[in-house]
Amino acid sequence: MAVLANIGFSAPWLLLALAALPILWLLLRAVPPAPVRRRFPGVALLLGLGDEEQQSDRTPWWLLLLRTLAVAAVIVGFAGPILNPDDRVPGSGPILIVADGTWADARDWPRRLDRIDDALREAARDGRTAAVVTLTDLPADDGLPFRAADAWIARLSGLTPRPWAPDRDDIGAWAGALDGSFETLWLSDGVAAPWRAPLLAAFERRGPVTVFESPRPVLGLRPAQFRDGAIALSAVRARADGTQDIDVAGHGLDPAGIERELARATLTFAEGAPEAEISLSLPPELRNRITRFQIDGWRSAGAVTLTDDALKRREVALISGRDDGAALQLLSPTHYLEQALAPTADLIDGTLADILQANPDVIVMADVAMVTSAEAEEIAAWVDGGGLLLRFAGPRLAASDVSRDTEDPLMPVRLRTGGRSVGGAMSWGEPKGLRAFAEGSPFAGLEIPDDVKVNAQVMAQPDPTLADRVIAALEDGTPLVTRKRLGQGQVVLFHVTANAEWSTLPLSGLFVQMLERLAVSTRPAQVAAEDLAGTTWTPDRLLDAFGQIGDAGNLPGIAGEDLARAVPSAASPPGLYAGEDRRIALNVTGAESVLAPTVWPARIPVEGLTLAGETALKGWLLMLALGLLALDVIASLWLAGRLRGPRGAVAAMAALILVSAPLDTRAQEADAFALNATAEVVLAHVVTGDARVDEIAHAGLRGVSDTLFSRTSIEPSDPIAVNLETDELSFFPFLYWPVTPDQPQPSPAAYARLNTYLRTGGLILFDTRDADVAGFGGGSPNGRKLQQLARPLDIPPLEPLPSDHVLTRTFYLLQDFPGRFASRDIWVEAAPPDAEQIEGMPFRNLNDNVTPVVIGGNDWAAAWAIDDRGNRMFPVGRGYAGERQREIALRFGVNLIMHVLTGNYKSDQVHVPALLDRLGQ
Amino acid sequence: MSDSALLRAGAEGLAAPLPPLMADAEHLAQSVLLGAHGRRRAGVGDEFWQYRPAMPGDDGRSIDWRRSGRSDAHFVQQKEWQAAQSILLWVDDGRSMEFASDPGVPTKGARARLIAMALAILLVRGGERVGLSGDGLPPRTGQVQLLRLASALSGSVEAAEYGAPETRGMMARSRALFVSDFLGDPDPVAGALTKAADRGVKGAVLQVLDPQEEAFPFDGRTVFESIGGALRHETLKAGNLRDRYLDRLAARKAMLADLCRATGWQYHCHHTADSATAALLWLYGAMERTR
Repeated sequence: MAVLANIGFSAPWLLLALAALPILWLLLRAVPPAPVRRRFPGVALLLGLGDEEQQSDRTPWWLLLLRTLAVAAVIVGFAGPILNPDDRVPGSGPILIVADGTWADARDWPRRLDRIDDALREAARDGRTAAVVTLTDLPADDGLPFRAADAWIARLSGLTPRPWAPDRDDIGAWAGALDGSFETLWLSDGVAAPWRAPLLAAFERRGPVTVFESPRPVLGLRPAQFRDGAIALSAVRARADGTQDIDVAGHGLDPAGIERELARATLTFAEGAPEAEISLSLPPELRNRITRFQIDGWRSAGAVTLTDDALKRREVALISGRDDGAALQLLSPTHYLEQALAPTADLIDGTLADILQANPDVIVMADVAMVTSAEAEEIAAWVDGGGLLLRFAGPRLAASDVSRDTEDPLMPVRLRTGGRSVGGAMSWGEPKGLRAFAEGSPFAGLEIPDDVKVNAQVMAQPDPTLADRVIAALEDGTPLVTRKRLGQGQVVLFHVTANAEWSTLPLSGLFVQMLERLAVSTRPAQVAAEDLAGTTWTPDRLLDAFGQIGDAGNLPGIAGEDLARAVPSAASPPGLYAGEDRRIALNVTGAESVLAPTVWPARIPVEGLTLAGETALKGWLLMLALGLLALDVIASLWLAGRLRGPRGAVAAMAALILVSAPLDTRAQEADAFALNATAEVVLAHVVTGDARVDEIAHAGLRGVSDTLFSRTSIEPSDPIAVNLETDELSFFPFLYWPVTPDQPQPSPAAYARLNTYLRTGGLILFDTRDADVAGFGGGSPNGRKLQQLARPLDIPPLEPLPSDHVLTRTFYLLQDFPGRFASRDIWVEAAPPDAEQIEGMPFRNLNDNVTPVVIGGNDWAAAWAIDDRGNRMFPVGRGYAGERQREIALRFGVNLIMHVLTGNYKSDQVHVPALLDRLGQ
Repeated sequence: MSDSALLRAGAEGLAAPLPPLMADAEHLAQSVLLGAHGRRRAGVGDEFWQYRPAMPGDDGRSIDWRRSGRSDAHFVQQKEWQAAQSILLWVDDGRSMEFASDPGVPTKGARARLIAMALAILLVRGGERVGLSGDGLPPRTGQVQLLRLASALSGSVEAAEYGAPETRGMMARSRALFVSDFLGDPDPVAGALTKAADRGVKGAVLQVLDPQEEAFPFDGRTVFESIGGALRHETLKAGNLRDRYLDRLAARKAMLADLCRATGWQYHCHHTADSATAALLWLYGAMERTR
């Protein structure tokens, strides 16, 4: 193979033909372009007119050049040029392939695997042994796992990066234990690290080292922080050259529980800046939903930052019982609470009823003794659903008889009458300090300042359950804070006031920490080890190196103080850690992380991913030659005057028509579809992709259409098959959707249109067609597929079709809704909870709307289906009973379409007696 | 195929253009309102002119009894004298007329025949006698003459590249119309016009040209051939010829116009891309003017 610069030729002798080009030049030059023959009556006037110049008989030089270039391209093309011909010298001896295997590798991991694969194949060709090691997953035994390169190729797909960086000590130990001599290929992730230099030195002692490094930038997204009422996002990058825009998307659950993108921001790295920041202002409802931020399009754990409770601002409602005291502010029962909570939580004021509507996270009742029983029930229900009711004692509570004899549901303990006062002017003893928090208490580990003293409190009745409920106590063991679980929520009582009247607790920093531990307030962005002392956190969701979030499985918990100091490692993988009431995220990129590019000594050869393998240029050159020849055709025509005059216009018209024709036909098709669908009432079914099912659905709708035509004033035309992805849905009052296990999931755009369709009065009849073998909601394949299909749909709560549903009487009086199968499991939109049967009325006054979905599995289409000649396609049941069942099925179809088209008309029949009465009949 | 069958097929092809030609020409003629041109004195005609008292020698049958009954004297009804003119048409039937640059434009010959036929219809309706120059069809009037005209116009086949006007059969002080592209040799045209002027024949010259002949939109190496293929001219750069060709064309038009002015004829240049009605209206006016 001959090599010329970095282009080689597989058949270089063909290049000799290039010598013939000058001859070609002369030949082409001698032949003028052929004349055009034209009929022209005016020729008599032309006779005798000579040409002024004799130039045009030669082909113009540029056309000659064009043709010569084309021929040259053909010659060079067939000579087989190859860019970057591969002429490596085979190496010898064992080769060690080291990959960093960190999160920064993850983005182009497949390409790294390709590179490793190339190296292994080359080693296999040369008969070398090889070892493949990732630094984040060092081999357990000290020796290097050298074996035949082929054996490694098979295991290559099992190689995955880890979402953390290699540990410096481990690397040091491993590098020290290296022995023997080998060549090293190091696939670096491009991020500088302190362990690189010693490791490189260790490799160099063993043999030559080649470094492979991707030129692609490495980005990290720092944890989102809440600052000045907005979310501060910042990203870092390893190489600071050039400007760069990145999109950061915030993901979270929407109100329907579907994970979707909730916010988006664009960060711009300025030239030379390693960091970019942006501040994102979001409404609290949206902000609380966000679970993670992610750099769009970056598959790397470093580009994902999980948000824990730090972003969530809890909504805290403050209710004080003594709002008549227009006295000093410092005596206000909630003043200290407001001061403690305002920086980290959203405070809500208002009446209890309003507050409960807002569904806050925490309700604080400072010295509120009595609530009405209705309110108490509502609060209990709210606590049961996960709320935290935080109560403070006070003179009113002490004076009331709340939770005296029996335990009030909204109090954690029973109280003794009166309460006690210690260390006052009129009492014995000294004000009491706090006892150290017990293990297992949420406050465990908090340091107690000496100056916290309690001089009055309410006393708990000693009950069998009291010991479990005390989470903080005074020095003498009397409970200071008690807690009771209620459903998913809890009720916590501070036995002192929320102001400094009874104790100095609200004045101390401990008060803020206790509120924080109770998850009343949100912790500050930085977790200090002492804040988490004594707590245990279990991994809940874990990040992998590609930035995917997965379940943690059964990993052991981590002590709080360790978690606060932890950097992502094998022992503490990055992810979301759950504590008692809070969650803490351990992100790959920390708040202080910086990324720096690797610097390699000049003696180390560094190759990039761009250094690709051989590229054959033959095809490109031949393409070039063809293009040049096509140009030559146009140029020759133009030169001969054939592109001007009437033909030019014709050619231009043809080109225009070619361009515009497809658009017109598509628009016409859409118009035809719309006309077809709207000229008359048309029933439609969803195309499932299963030809047989679609055919039955079509035939079934034809059967129902025929029945409607002959029995009712609805006269539908032929049914239409609807493709959810392309067709407009709003033309159809009714969609029949047979469910097959293998039909494709509609696209998000299709779901958006389906939801619009459902909200604007459309009805979809879902038919799982398996009522003969499976009950509704059972684990049949169709049932599971239905759940998948319907999950993104905006479907209201459902209930089994009640016996007084309007579907039972829109045309025929029906109580059964069989299709080919006669299951009674048919689900429709649930009636409003307050619908009650009025005395004297046969039916409840049910929902005003058409139910958006009817779900069942009776395979109605098969019962309705008729073939082209009007014969029934499928048998139903057996004998006369079967025919009766088919008749009922048809009647159900009639009722359903009537319901779709007339809505609640029949439901309004309940008013007929009243109307007649009013008319005086 | 036998001879008779060939003849039959040829005759069919020949007859085929007739009705359309007649229909088109009728259609065109409809658009021009033609008044009968009376001589404003008593004579032979259809129109009432005057009553005059009967005089001795008047035929008894000529007495208008209805008028005479209203008085004691006898009256004779006189008609206006309506004289008929002879108009001779010459439509160029050379090969050069069978040219159309674009399928949407009629050939020059078709347009020329259409206009001539329409004029003939108008004239016949006006009571004039219309014929073809040469010894083909002497001037007569009536519908049959129209049919004959149409047949003669459609049926003429000549091999010559460019036609030359005929003056044979032209009666003194009659009218004449020459329709051609006048791209051929100008001498026969000049001769015919002079000869006609000598006989006191007035008339109109209508030059029919194709738009391409006016624009000369050619470029590059081209061989121009006449329609019959007898004449050819090769050029290497047709674009360079454009100006000189247009000069020659303008000179030809000027020559025709001058000739007409000298002989008292009317000259008009018509393009096949334009509406035929305009040309017909001009012709109608020209025929009035030369009267």
